[in-house]
Amino acid sequence: MPVFLPATPAGPLAERITGRLARALLAAAGRLTSPLTPDDYLGLIDPLLSARHPAGRVTAVRPEGPGAVTLVIRPGRGWAGHRAGQYLPVGVELDGVRHWRTYSLTSPPEDGTRSRVLTVTVKEDPRGAVSPHLVHRTSPGTVLRLGPAQGEFVLPEPSPARMLMVTAGSGITPVMGMLRTLARRPPPARTDVLLLHSAPGPGDCLFRAELTGLARRAPWLRLHLHYTRSAGRLTAEHVGRLCPDWAARETWACGPAGLLDALRARWDAAGAARRLHVEHFRLLPLAPLAPAADGGGRVRFERSGVEAESAASVPLLHTGEAAGAVLPYGCRRGICFGCLAPLLHGRVRDLRTGEVHGEPGELIQTCVNGAAGPLALDL
Amino acid sequence: MTSTPAALPPLSPARAEEFGAALDRIRAEVVATRGDEDARYIRTVIAVQRGLEAGGRLALAVSLLPPAWCAGTAMLTVAKTLENMELGHNILHGQWDWMGDPAIHSTTWEFDFLTPADAWKHTHNHLHHTYTNVVGRDRDLGYTILRMSPEQPWHPVHLLQPLYAALLAPVFEWGIALYDLEADAVTDGRKSVRAFLGEVAHLARKAVRQCAKDYVLFPLLAGPSALPCLLGNVTANGLRNVWAHTVIFCGHFPGDVRTFTEEEIEDESRAQWYLRQVQGSADFEGGLLLRVLSGNLGHQIEHHLFPDLPSNRYAEIAPRVRRLCEKYGVPYATGPLWRQYASMWGRVLRHAVPWDLRR
Ligand SMILES: Cc1cc2nc3c(=O)[nH]c(=O)nc-3n(C[C@H](O)[C@H](O)[C@H](O)COP(=O)(O)OP(=O)(O)OC[C@H]3O[C@@H](n4cnc5c(N)ncnc54)[C@H](O)[C@@H]3O)c2cc1C
Repeated sequence: MPVFLPATPAGPLAERITGRLARALLAAAGRLTSPLTPDDYLGLIDPLLSARHPAGRVTAVRPEGPGAVTLVIRPGRGWAGHRAGQYLPVGVELDGVRHWRTYSLTSPPEDGTRSRVLTVTVKEDPRGAVSPHLVHRTSPGTVLRLGPAQGEFVLPEPSPARMLMVTAGSGITPVMGMLRTLARRPPPARTDVLLLHSAPGPGDCLFRAELTGLARRAPWLRLHLHYTRSAGRLTAEHVGRLCPDWAARETWACGPAGLLDALRARWDAAGAARRLHVEHFRLLPLAPLAPAADGGGRVRFERSGVEAESAASVPLLHTGEAAGAVLPYGCRRGICFGCLAPLLHGRVRDLRTGEVHGEPGELIQTCVNGAAGPLALDL
Repeated sequence: MTSTPAALPPLSPARAEEFGAALDRIRAEVVATRGDEDARYIRTVIAVQRGLEAGGRLALAVSLLPPAWCAGTAMLTVAKTLENMELGHNILHGQWDWMGDPAIHSTTWEFDFLTPADAWKHTHNHLHHTYTNVVGRDRDLGYTILRMSPEQPWHPVHLLQPLYAALLAPVFEWGIALYDLEADAVTDGRKSVRAFLGEVAHLARKAVRQCAKDYVLFPLLAGPSALPCLLGNVTANGLRNVWAHTVIFCGHFPGDVRTFTEEEIEDESRAQWYLRQVQGSADFEGGLLLRVLSGNLGHQIEHHLFPDLPSNRYAEIAPRVRRLCEKYGVPYATGPLWRQYASMWGRVLRHAVPWDLRR
């Protein structure tokens, strides 16, 4: 059952201190709170009051079929809005450690008439760290950290006349945000949207009731649900058959990498690459959790443009310096934190403890961490 | 030539490695069990600190009333002390980086102390923690103005060192700010004049903000209470300075703390580095309040062994470290604060004169 909380006092207050006068006052108060900011104090009263570290409060948790929920989130100060189709980083604290994962916004952008709420729909990955927590152990009142909305997988303004959406599984989420945006204000008369959505079966098809209802009511939407248990995987050939004029349509696709790659190849071959927009839910293949002891991997120092093979037992700092990159360093033995650098992707091994760790954006001590598979550092 | 106090017969390399491996295990255990409770601890300290600071500022705004002055000054002193010791010092060490919270992170934190966090991280985290008590390498060994070991050359000006060591205490933050500029590195050719001037400007900008807040803006806002408010702020900064000076000096300068020569640290292994950290630091004993107000630096030995472990865990591992030291015959300097304090002053006095008074 969805549970709704009464509006917390922080919501309206958070909205009230965003005016120009309030901003000027806060800037002046910053002279008094230096080296902290007024936000650091406001955030103690309610995390939603801090624009420096934007947060949102879950106001409702709605089940969306097996292993999936929609989180309704009231964003606090510092949330700058989004465009339909974008995603946002969500920060979740598990046993004292903050983890960031990105989720597509399924709510339409604010249009100034409704109160500020956003929704994301999370499908559980039973072996994952964060999604099971969001799906099963998140209750109304939970505070989540919010990063800025981002991504170029967006619905253009004005919307094109003919569109094709190809989605599979939880890949429906960004497209759901787009459809809800279109549904809010009737799109231009001749708009035609065809949605091909693939799910295992009717029971675990996200948003099935809403999609079929919308397709019945909205003259601009046609819906085809593809069930893999009876019809097999959705392929590029299916898409071609179900939508003969695919090459002429502005197309958005989100789903497993295999499907997206096949679509990309087909659109490329037809010279329609420009009209295909894809969104990957997993940016890069993950390194295996326990690489061979002599693993190591290829390390890329993104800013310096240097790339080098790094043995498992060699600190990343050595690898980089030996390959000619100029890197920040300090004590060279893990004490001073002078060498911290953001990990872009991949995983590292703490050479002192053997622990393998690393998430995109995590700051890594390059002097005491070695490569655990291929990785890139923002250095 | 031996250092003060006499070096013990060194552990055999195999024994030293065993000792190091046991310490590595303690570290790994703490790392593996960091979690919710620790996160709650640091957030509680932050909330208490900011609450005290806000309360102190409010009380000082009406400090024409003597009770308000006393309460305000006391709250502000405690707030500033907590901010520098348990928060600033420890967060800047990266002790809380594992939480991945950008609000409590060594790369984003700026502390309510004159010296800018970057400058502090370089001289303190890097130079001092790496070269702890190595004569000629650890600038913190006397902060370039005090003579704290017989290996440091004597100069007539050292006759006055008891005086200026005492005068330094109430203005400690200024002393540290100037010290962090490393003017000596420019004369030695280790730092360019240009870099030095950049750092001076960086310090000046922070100093203006810090002084404006405490000595101009808050007093002005206090209206009729301007003067007592100013006095309260000066007192809070001064007391915090004296306390920080006490804690830091008691961590490395009591008489039974060793110094080392540059030759001794050549090709030093991790285990030997541990051995030097234990012998180059001193603990002082105290209850919870003393621990928190000193940023857990009463556990200076544990801090020097594991500068990046959360400070709230030092008390828990201290008995184990101490037993380990006993087992391997490694001296472990500890005692009540007053005794470490007296011992520290004894050392300042002894080395003010050119003769080695120990022999
Ligand atoms: C742009 C974008 C938008 C997204 N939008 C949504 C959305 O709207 N809804 C949604 O549900 N999800 C969305 N995602 C996916 C989401 O961000 C998470 O990746 C997902 O929820 C899984 O997170 P997790 O923490 O549960 O799993 P993780 O802990 O990240 O693990 C994911 C999987 O990888 C495995 N794994 C982890 N580490 C390793 C390793 N080293 N070696 C081998 N296997 C490993 C795990 O066992 C698990 O199966 C989106 C992703 C992107 C990039």
